[in-house]
Amino acid sequence: MEVGLNHFLTVSVALFALGLYGVVTRKNAVMVLMGVELILNSANINFVAFSRFGNLGINGQIYALFVIILAAAEAAIALAIVLNIYKTFANVNIDEIKNLKE
Amino acid sequence: MSETANINISIAILLLPLLGFIIVLFFGKRFPKIYLAEVGIISFAFILSLVVGYSKLTSFLHQDLLFSFTWINFGNVPKIGELTVDLGIKIDNLTVIMLFVVNLISMLVHIYSIAYMEGDKRYSRYFSYLGIFTFSMLGIVLTDNLLMMYIFWELVGLSSYLLIGFWYEKQSASDAGKKAFLTNRIGDIGMFIGILILFTNYKSFSFDFIYSQIANGILPYGSEVWLTAAGILVFMGAVGKSAQFPLHVWLPDAMEGPTPVSALIHAATMVAAGVYLVARIFVMLTADAMLVIAIVGAVTSLFAATIALTQNDIKKVLAYSTVSQLGYMIMALGVGAYTYAFFHLVTHAFFKACLFLGSGSVIHSMHHEQDIREMGGLKKKMPITYYTFLISTLAISGIPLTSGFLSKDGLLAGTLAFGELTGHWLIPIMGFLVAFLTAFYMFRLVILTFHGEPRNQHKFDHAHESPFVMVMPLVVLSVLSTFIWYTPNPIGATDGWFATEWVQTPQTVVPETSRFDFMVREPHEASVGEHGLIAHSEKYEHAMHWAHYPAMILSILLGGLGILLAFTMYQWKKISPDNIADKVKSLYKGSLNKWYVDEIYDASFISGTLGLGNILSWFDKWIVDGIVNGSATLTRVFSKISGWFDTYIVDGFVNATAFISGFIGLNFKRMQTGKVQTYIVLVVFSIIVLFFIIGPF
Repeated sequence: MEVGLNHFLTVSVALFALGLYGVVTRKNAVMVLMGVELILNSANINFVAFSRFGNLGINGQIYALFVIILAAAEAAIALAIVLNIYKTFANVNIDEIKNLKE
Repeated sequence: MSETANINISIAILLLPLLGFIIVLFFGKRFPKIYLAEVGIISFAFILSLVVGYSKLTSFLHQDLLFSFTWINFGNVPKIGELTVDLGIKIDNLTVIMLFVVNLISMLVHIYSIAYMEGDKRYSRYFSYLGIFTFSMLGIVLTDNLLMMYIFWELVGLSSYLLIGFWYEKQSASDAGKKAFLTNRIGDIGMFIGILILFTNYKSFSFDFIYSQIANGILPYGSEVWLTAAGILVFMGAVGKSAQFPLHVWLPDAMEGPTPVSALIHAATMVAAGVYLVARIFVMLTADAMLVIAIVGAVTSLFAATIALTQNDIKKVLAYSTVSQLGYMIMALGVGAYTYAFFHLVTHAFFKACLFLGSGSVIHSMHHEQDIREMGGLKKKMPITYYTFLISTLAISGIPLTSGFLSKDGLLAGTLAFGELTGHWLIPIMGFLVAFLTAFYMFRLVILTFHGEPRNQHKFDHAHESPFVMVMPLVVLSVLSTFIWYTPNPIGATDGWFATEWVQTPQTVVPETSRFDFMVREPHEASVGEHGLIAHSEKYEHAMHWAHYPAMILSILLGGLGILLAFTMYQWKKISPDNIADKVKSLYKGSLNKWYVDEIYDASFISGTLGLGNILSWFDKWIVDGIVNGSATLTRVFSKISGWFDTYIVDGFVNATAFISGFIGLNFKRMQTGKVQTYIVLVVFSIIVLFFIIGPF
């Protein structure tokens, strides 16, 4: 059986769903960030898959590279914020960090 | 004396009693002797009235003295034109004679009252009331217009009311005062309407102006009917004040007042004001109005005379006799015997005042006993009172040598002439019948009071002749009840100065079509005959001449018969009055109970008025109040409904809106959890939904 576009997209959707699930359900900020990484990577898979099977061409791979770089930067900044939050509240549980709510 | 001097003195005469009234009313409590000032003032006014009377009757015999001024100037009233209200006085022969009569009797009553009212707790107030009465009465006499006449008319009514109810602690006295006032009011309403008819037509209250207008053919509303109506309506005032049937009921009750008051007000002057008023409007009376007046007078005089026959209260007999004599005068005016009506007014004023003051003297000495059944034999105890009383009784009975004979004879001759000329024979018949009845009941009174044996020994023993101040007026008045003051001929008034020179029938102003043909208008139509009556036709002169002797003989005969009958029944006791009373029991009872007029009024007008009042009060209570209360209830119901509507519908909407908003807010609040995950889920869910709605699938 030939591996086609649908297979990639299926993996990508599964990965997106898992990432979303992680973002929504996890209480630990770090775990949320990891969910976000999963979502970004599912997008990468899409880009690469469309680069191979669609008419996106080499651009898809370039976009994927950008996303990887962006993810690296985002992870760095987000982890820095999480570190600061931890320093302030001694906690990284996003449910309890709600000083802005009230 | 000049014209102005006469007028000024007349005004002084008018105002002096008012001054007395004010002084005595305000200083009576502080200075108990101040009543002497009132007596002095009236005496002074009397002297002034003598002066004016003398001057007028000598220098100005055929000239009227006039004085008037504008009281209110309304200027140019829209739709009416120039309108002014003038007041003024007019002094003619009638006026000066009345001034003399009123002031003389008023003065005598003042003097008499000094003794009669002695010891009364409102002594000085009594004198002040006499003062205001004299003032008002003089106002009536002096006025030259209907407005002042009406004002003073009401003032005498007021003073009469005050004096009838003078002993107001007595229920009967205060009731009698009210009755007099209210009964007079009925007549006064008619008078007021009559005055207004004249005023709306002539824009003036002045007698002379109105008469000159009528004489020029300007009739009220252009119709003779209205002239008749105006005459009869103004005459209604006289019906009330002079106690004519059917408004005579107040006068006998008015005897509740002090006896000198009865003499002054309810016998001599005020009740004669009605006659004076009719004399003043005499020239504008149409034939129909005169006939009405004659009938009212004749009915009154007969009616009252029949009641006087059986009364047992000395003052009640005199009261009914007054009503009867006033009826005579009114009747005389109605039949055109103007001179004799006024003559009788004057003579009656003197002898009736004397009778009342005499009865007061008796009552005073009998310690306020008024029932003649308790008297008798007082002749020995009170000789002066008896003889003066007797002279006055002879005068009222029309016995020759008295003044009453002269005036009554002329008056009855007038009715006979009237019967001859118009065929109304019933009026002279009634007149002569009254002459007989008058002689009878007056002598019944004299015999029961003064003759025979005392019927109440105890009271008789205490009786005594009255003091000088009470006896003196009696003597003066009884002297004035003799013929000599009026004419030198004791059986013919026409030979004297009173009925020929002083008082002459004025020329009528009524158009020819609606007056009796014996009344004339132009001097050249009149016959200046031996009787000196310038305003009657020759025909009337003949009739009068023809009537003179029959009237005289008949009146002497009937008067003598009445006296004889009275003596037979009460002095010699040949005929028992009780037997007669038994035989005609119903008539006797009717007369004793005054023909039940009071009862009829009670049953008809008074209970009718009360019934009407009850109906109106019922109407007020249930219908008018019902409407008010009903609308209030209705409003309340409406406000309840609208209140309910407000609370539940309007507020309901508002509350519901608030509630729904709150409810929605409450529910949507849950979405704002502050949890990023929730938002993310929502965002994703929304994106998915949006994809499905607008997306390519």
